[in-house]
Amino acid sequence: MAKFIESVGRDTLKRLEYVGGLSIGLWAAVRALRTALPVTGNRYRWKASIVQMLQIGVEATPMVGLMALCCGFILAMQGGSELRRYGALSLVIDLVAIGFTREIGPLLTAIAVSGRSGSAISAEIGTMVVTEEIDTLKVMAFEPVEFVMAPKLLGALIAVPCLTVVCNVCGIFAGWIYMFFSTHLGLKLYLREVLDSLVLRDVVSGLIKSIAFAAIIVLVGCLEGFRVRGGPEAVGRSTTAAVVKSTFLVIVADMFFTAIFYFTGKH
Amino acid sequence: MSIISVRNLVVEYAGRRVLDGLNLEIEAGETMVLLGGSGAGKTTLLRNLLGLERPQSGSVVIKEVDITRCSPAELKRVRRSIGVSFQSAALFNSLTVEENVALALREHTSLAPSIIELDVWMKLAAVGLADFGKLYPQELSGGMRKRASVARALALDPEILVFDEPSAGLDPIVAAELDDLILFSKRVFQMTVVVVTHELASAFRIADRIAMLYQGSFLAVGTKDEIRASQNPHIRQFLDRVPDTIATAHVVESFFEKYLSSPEVTP
Repeated sequence: MAKFIESVGRDTLKRLEYVGGLSIGLWAAVRALRTALPVTGNRYRWKASIVQMLQIGVEATPMVGLMALCCGFILAMQGGSELRRYGALSLVIDLVAIGFTREIGPLLTAIAVSGRSGSAISAEIGTMVVTEEIDTLKVMAFEPVEFVMAPKLLGALIAVPCLTVVCNVCGIFAGWIYMFFSTHLGLKLYLREVLDSLVLRDVVSGLIKSIAFAAIIVLVGCLEGFRVRGGPEAVGRSTTAAVVKSTFLVIVADMFFTAIFYFTGKH
Repeated sequence: MSIISVRNLVVEYAGRRVLDGLNLEIEAGETMVLLGGSGAGKTTLLRNLLGLERPQSGSVVIKEVDITRCSPAELKRVRRSIGVSFQSAALFNSLTVEENVALALREHTSLAPSIIELDVWMKLAAVGLADFGKLYPQELSGGMRKRASVARALALDPEILVFDEPSAGLDPIVAAELDDLILFSKRVFQMTVVVVTHELASAFRIADRIAMLYQGSFLAVGTKDEIRASQNPHIRQFLDRVPDTIATAHVVESFFEKYLSSPEVTP
């Protein structure tokens, strides 16, 4: 029994230490973020941020778009099959529109970015640690957080919400495809229904979530990368850990955000 | 006058003492070679000299600043006067050789791009890589990568140049070229050079003084002739390349005797 309690305590401390590391990383990255901003910051960091936006956002657009189309279609079909029985097929539009903007869009995008960019960030930084590039940055009087992390964070904070919007649009468009084949509903009418069903709060809450998810993915990816000790196999382990931990934390954060928006909203 | 002073430096990893109260004075303008076998503590000492690790106790004073206790801003200021060439060269793989050399100039100075370009060319010419600036590190041979890292270390015209195992992994001809380059850099740029190595030929070629490290302590610090004349058994073993008698050591012998007399081997 004592051993069990001891191991639970040790694991809890380990998790708390990790969350503490993330908080310190977040604080350091936020402080360093100004150096990556255009005009006021360093132009090389801003250029690096643009590269990150392209890598995290633009290059992921086809994949996220396709995933959103599939998920939108699945959601519409599953919802449609039940709602049809109650003569409420038109509610599929609400289901898809609200479901995507509030929940599925941000979550699906975050999971795609976590798998694609979270792992890449961790592998890149981990390799830099192993090849002494991070040490080189330090002895060249650079701040690795400023040099490596800030452009990635800024890039993700801009790219992920944009990608979420693309995801939402594709998901909602997939809903129209279902409605068109089910009821021959025109696109214009469908869009009018979508706009009627959505309120600004739905879109904003989804975008706030996507910003938080972007921060989680980059922070976990960077932290796992910076923690790499040893050789190439450690880089592989950090990559896996980055994806697993960031996906888990994104879902946990999603629950908290949904609860906050649920309890602060009108019912 | 000492440009680097190491005083009572103690470093421990998980309770194991790696550096045991080291004292060393490195004079401005001299070439100090830190010589020692594997596990002697050379790399740990180097990392402490560069402020990459904090010791348990003792101090490292560089240009009258104790880098073990100074503020991050002071540490950065000191680091700008140090150029480092790591064992793995540690060039940034995403940048060309030119960009690697230009990085510190672009970030730490307000020089015009044309001046930076000229300075980079001069540094690359000094290491014999004037025609290779547009290549990426992965397109260079091992020796060329090391030379490129020397050019990068020279970028800000540092007062102190540090080499970590400069000849490791290089053939004797390229290693000798690199020794020439170290001597040339010192003569032309009038700097203090600190070299960490276990290569005897290289050490005796470039050193003004040698500090012989053994199990975390200095066995001797002196000129090449003083080290050559030393009668310390560990120094003699290192210089005369006498292998350790691990295979005939009492513990190993008794283990094998026990194993050979066990019933599994002799039924």
